[in-house]
Order: sequence, then structure tokens, then C-alpha cells
Amino acid sequence: MRRRFSRRSFSQAALAAFSCGSVLAAGATRGAGVPVAAASDLKFALDEIALAFLRDTDLRVRPVYGSSGNFVRQIEQGAPFELFLSADEEFIFRLADKGLARDRGVLYGVGRIVLFVPQGSPMDPASDLSGLRVALEQNPGLRFAIANPEHAPYGRAAEQALRHAGLWELLRGRLVLGENVSQAAQFATSGNADGGIFAYSLALSPAVRGRGRYSLIDASWHRPLRQRMALLRNATPAAARFYDYLQQRAAREILKRFGFTLPDAG
Amino acid sequence: MPHPGMDWQSFRVSLQLAGMTLLILLPIAVLIGRALALRDFRGKGFAEALVALPLLLPPTVVGFYLLQGFGRNSAAGAWFESVTGHLLAFSFEGLVVASVLVNLPFAVQPIQRAWEAIPRNLNEAAANCGMTPLRAFTRVELPLAWPGVVTALALTFAHTLGEFGVVLMVGGSIPGETRTLAISIYDRVQAFDDHSAGIMAATLLIFSLVALGLTNSLARLTARRNAR
Repeated sequence: MRRRFSRRSFSQAALAAFSCGSVLAAGATRGAGVPVAAASDLKFALDEIALAFLRDTDLRVRPVYGSSGNFVRQIEQGAPFELFLSADEEFIFRLADKGLARDRGVLYGVGRIVLFVPQGSPMDPASDLSGLRVALEQNPGLRFAIANPEHAPYGRAAEQALRHAGLWELLRGRLVLGENVSQAAQFATSGNADGGIFAYSLALSPAVRGRGRYSLIDASWHRPLRQRMALLRNATPAAARFYDYLQQRAAREILKRFGFTLPDAG
Repeated sequence: MPHPGMDWQSFRVSLQLAGMTLLILLPIAVLIGRALALRDFRGKGFAEALVALPLLLPPTVVGFYLLQGFGRNSAAGAWFESVTGHLLAFSFEGLVVASVLVNLPFAVQPIQRAWEAIPRNLNEAAANCGMTPLRAFTRVELPLAWPGVVTALALTFAHTLGEFGVVLMVGGSIPGETRTLAISIYDRVQAFDDHSAGIMAATLLIFSLVALGLTNSLARLTARRNAR
């Protein structure tokens, strides 16, 4: 009897705590700045741009980082984002076709990928992936991190590069898949995997820079990572200003510094 | 689409994980639960809090410590790698370790309550009849506490099937090794494959309901038999 009672009161408490949490979360959404959904490869670059935007305009944006596919789904279900920076332009077209984005948006950068080797790993981070091939032959327990190619744009690019190098079949059973590119980077930089392929923008970030060695993978080895953004249907004027700001020099300089190739025209 | 429809491989990983967790956790839970029920010692409140901790902590805390504590750069991680030849993260063994930790309260608490409900004088009577402690344990205590053990089993099993946060953090979604059904559903949803996600979600729903229903009936049945 006593056991049954305590279990029920536990679940009631859990339910109460849960509903409290969602009310608080809903409250936090308002008033804290323009909610912006951004692909996780932008984590460090966009934080910096948001800071510059605040300095220049006194307007606050609140970027949320995650996988682009997940954001599309959330936006389709009515998530209150006003601007979406996707890692894959197809997602923007999809939202535009459904009338959820104002238009087909603009290209804000083309992403690159790197081969990353954490400190303490003996692998040679040669850009032609020859060091990875050697490490694969020497270490049967090798683990290699990429984003999940089934749904993450950077995972797809990693798969294409590995196929190009003829390593995909060899590597297949030893891949650990990040839920998004940022998690793949975390797996590789923490030393829990022996190496990984992830976004150049993350490798250039202060948080990752000192944690290992990397080299850029030739852009012709994978389809271009065309990253596009669009204002969403419910965008406020503040969101529109940030959208414009992202296409101006200050923001473009930051994106360039984080390794994005910039489109010529906005 | 790599896994259209039901991902049986991931279902098998989930079942294996639940089975291994039970195999390791149940004996430990009986030892701990019984000790907490029968003994009084200094720091007992603290020990109980330690067991209950995974109820309060989000799985991400366990995931964080596993990644930090068992990475290549840590002593424990280096030791584990030298013994097994691979790292604890991104391996089935890593998931088992995480699962045992996370399930501790779900297994220990019902067992502790069951042992607390056994009248103390019954043990004395068993000793007076010349039963060895081991015999008293298997013949008197265990049958009486059985419903508690079954509840622990059912809760742990169901909770392991439903575990998601830790697995997402330390698993790496390796097919046949760390991609559980819950992770496979998440991956399919992310890939906009609602058809497969729907089939798998329904499978997990029905399977969990039937498994829990059966164990509950079993517990009730044995409780009734004990009462007779």
C-alpha cells in the first residue's frame, strides 16, 4: 500500500513540475529578444554577430542552436521563431513552399568541413585523409565521429568526402553519429572519438581551437553546403533588421572569419 | 531511406540493453534494498539519498559525467580502454553502465519497501527453527518480498526501454550497438520519415503496455498466493 502511494505522489509531483517548467519556458520566450533558430555550425559565429548587433542597434536577438531538420519540424508545428538560418537551403525552400517563410530567403554563406584529430590521438590530420586510412589499418577499435548523414547536412557532406576518398565502406562500422554537427564536434574534441569530420566554423571557434589539429577538406569532395536564411511568417521589424544586418559588412566579416565562403551578392 | 519501416535491429539493442541492465542490477538492488530495509546505520539517510539521486537528476548529468569520466584523457577511461580495447562511450557496455546507474532507484526502492513490510519476528522464528540465514533468505524472505522484486524488474525494464537522454549523449547512434529503438525513432523523425517513426513508436507503446500489464498481473498473482 505504502509503495503504491509513494509512486503515485511521485508522478503527480513530476507532472506538476513539468507543467510549471513549460509555463516558465513560455514566459521566457517573450521579452528576451528576437527568437532566431540557427544551425548548430553557427554557434560561435552567430553569438558574436548577435553581440555586435546589440552594440550597434540596441536590439537583442536570442539565437537557439540545433539541427536544421529539427527546426523545420518545429516551425511547421508553430514554433515562435522569427528568423531561421539553415545549414541546408532545401529546408528554407521547403518552408517557403508551405508559406511558412516570407520568401525563399538569401544565401548567407557556404560551409566547409575539416578533418579533426584530438590531442593525444596519433592520427595524422592530412587533408587527403591518408592519415585516417593509416589509422584505420592500425587501430581496429578506432571510433570516428560525424553528424548523422541521414538528416544532418554536415553529416551528408562528411559521407560524400569519405566516399570520395574511398574510405566509407572501411569506416562504416566504426562511425559514431552526432545528432547534429555540434555533437559530432564534441565527440571528436573530447577525445571520446579518435577523430571526426565537422564544420570548419566550429574548428575555428575558441572553444575547439586548442583541442587538437585539423585540416580543411577540399570543397570539391562534397556538394557545396549552401546555407540559406529566411524571415518566417511572424517576423517582427526587429527580426527584419537583424536579417538585413546579417547581409552587411560587419556580420559578413565575422562569418568570413569563421570560415564561411561568402556569396557575392546578398 | 536506410531503415524504412520497423527497425528491428534497434529493437533488439533495446531489449538486450534492458536484459543486461536487469541481470546486473537486480542482484545489486536486492543486496542494497534489503540492507537499507533491515539495518540501521549512521549515514543511512545519505545512502538512501544516493540511491534516489537518479530520480532527481536529469539523464544529461549522468551523460556528462560518463563522457568526462570515461574519455580517453581520464584515468578510468584509459584503464577501460587498455582492458577492453575500446572506449566506454559509444559502446554497448557504456550504455549498460549508464543504464544501471540511472535505474538504481527504480530497482532498489520497491525492493526496500517489500523487505520493510516483512515482519521482523518472522526472521527470528526461522532462526529458531534452525534455518540457516541463507535458507531463511530463499525460503522465507524472498517469497514474501517477491512482488517487490517483480515490480523492480518491471520498472527497470520499462525505464530502460524508454531511456533516451543518456543514450543520445554517450551512444553515438551506432547501428546494432548503441542505436536503441528510442534513438532510431528520433533519427527517423529528424529525417522527416514519419511513417517509420510512427510504426516504431506504436510498437514500443504496445510492447511496453503488454510487458508492464503482464508483470503487474504476475505480481498480484504471487501476492495472492502468499496471502493464502
